[in-house]
Amino acid sequence: MFRRFTDRPVPDVTILVDGARITTKASDSVAAAMFAAGMSSCRSTVVEGRARGPYCMMGVCFDCLVVIDGVGSRQGCMTRVRDGMVVETQDGRRELGR
Amino acid sequence: MTTQPLRDRYDLAVIGAGPAGLAAAATAARLGLSTVLLDEQPSPGGQIYRGIAEAAAATRAALGADYRHGQTLVDGLASSKADYVAGATVFDISPASRIAFLSGGHARAVSAQRIIVATGGQERPFPIEGWTLPGVMTAGAAQILLKQADLVPSGRVVLAGTGPLLWLLAAQILRAGGTIDAILETTERRNWRVALRHLPRFLASAYAAKGLALLAEVRRKVRVVSGVSHLRAVGGVGLEGVAYRIGGATETVIPADTLLLHQGVVPSLHLPDALGCSIMWNSLQRAFQPEVDDWGATSLDHIAVAGDGSGIGGAQSAARRGRIAALDAAFRLGLIDQPSRDHAAQRDLKALARDLKARRFLDVLYDPPEQFRVPTGDTIVCRCEEVSARRIEAVIAQGVLGPNQIKFFMRCGMGPCQGRLCGLTVTEMFAAGRGVSPAEVGHYRLRTPIKPVTIAEMASLPFGAHADKAVVRL
Repeated sequence: MFRRFTDRPVPDVTILVDGARITTKASDSVAAAMFAAGMSSCRSTVVEGRARGPYCMMGVCFDCLVVIDGVGSRQGCMTRVRDGMVVETQDGRRELGR
Repeated sequence: MTTQPLRDRYDLAVIGAGPAGLAAAATAARLGLSTVLLDEQPSPGGQIYRGIAEAAAATRAALGADYRHGQTLVDGLASSKADYVAGATVFDISPASRIAFLSGGHARAVSAQRIIVATGGQERPFPIEGWTLPGVMTAGAAQILLKQADLVPSGRVVLAGTGPLLWLLAAQILRAGGTIDAILETTERRNWRVALRHLPRFLASAYAAKGLALLAEVRRKVRVVSGVSHLRAVGGVGLEGVAYRIGGATETVIPADTLLLHQGVVPSLHLPDALGCSIMWNSLQRAFQPEVDDWGATSLDHIAVAGDGSGIGGAQSAARRGRIAALDAAFRLGLIDQPSRDHAAQRDLKALARDLKARRFLDVLYDPPEQFRVPTGDTIVCRCEEVSARRIEAVIAQGVLGPNQIKFFMRCGMGPCQGRLCGLTVTEMFAAGRGVSPAEVGHYRLRTPIKPVTIAEMASLPFGAHADKAVVRL
């Protein structure tokens, strides 16, 4: 659980996460936007199918993998939000072609 | 500083725009080297000065004066002639120093006569039961959310582990208006005995006053539990609580929504190891690092490593190492002579030696306890492929040859993080199981591409006629 402690003078953008509209800051990464919206899990794991969320936020752990605009296994912590971006939580293994 | 278009060849390429990379690129460009700085993040600063160029006033205030210092380095780059590429993920460097990187979904490449690897460090793995639950993350991760998104943890927050960053983060959370339910400190009391030897040098350094003020600030406001010897994250789908024990006492469980773990920082090995740089074990810092000389030069002629990637020294030392490596690059490429290099580097070399000696106190005091480095039972070691400590222990007992063979047997270290979150743990488990030094065990062999990249992305590289000829049957 996270909350903003200041309102930075940066434009808002709207993204879709699993179909839900989320308004967030243009300077956010996808993972940060999801935390700000109260989501701490972003995928289920490839072997045991357990819930998993971002762990390192710096591109090292690859636990923040999500589907962005139809492309799977994108690092949510390394990708900046863009207005109209479509994000999906990633279920288990990556599928062929996405 | 310019951003586009890139040349095909540079005198010097610097990888990573943290303090070392920023200082190296700016220094080299000023000395007249054509320089390109490639960085994975959307804006310069690395992790320590993350988001500095864009941070809100309130965020800068919460993060403190040391963070604001990063602006000087960013300004130094901006006023230099170095080319800077943000969002560039380097995934391969060929033996001929062709650097391949992803940028905006496409692969590109530049060549350089000399390369300074300034890829920094990462937090040491902290494998405890439940560390894979959503709600558990590293202290560094929470700090990045503070820096880049003005997010402070809310709800019930617990920090656990050991090391300066844990205390710094605690102070920053408090200054940002957050609350912390408890800090569970795992520092072993016996570390103090060994650390005392290094105390005088530490007290004489700038670290001491800052560190003590920080400790006092946090202890006034937060419940600190010291001597924690057992720790696990408890929950089902997400974190619900943190269980801890001190020695043989009964376990205490405190409810928690967020658990932030930290037990030090270790050099990032992937690029230097994949390049073939000679790697050594640093027993004091308990981590692998590339072997470098005073100038950051590695065992390979054209590669230097600067900053925390060559051994953990902190942000100020990283900037010094960046400048020193840039001066050496200018000397090796014939732009300055040796006396000029030595003269220009004198101050940084001296200050670096002094600061690294002062830091030994921190290395020894915050040496993480064995039970948090060598996990047992069902604790997950490889987060990507979900391999437990029990399974790794079993194959070690069966006589598996080493970390590389573990990969073949159980896919440990073969997921998307490429062993970044389990490499050190697997080495430590071997060392503990066999009663030998981690130096003897070694580390996973790290191979290119050092970041996951699709075949399509790789194929989009401009290979040229020579490469086409090599694969096309005529």
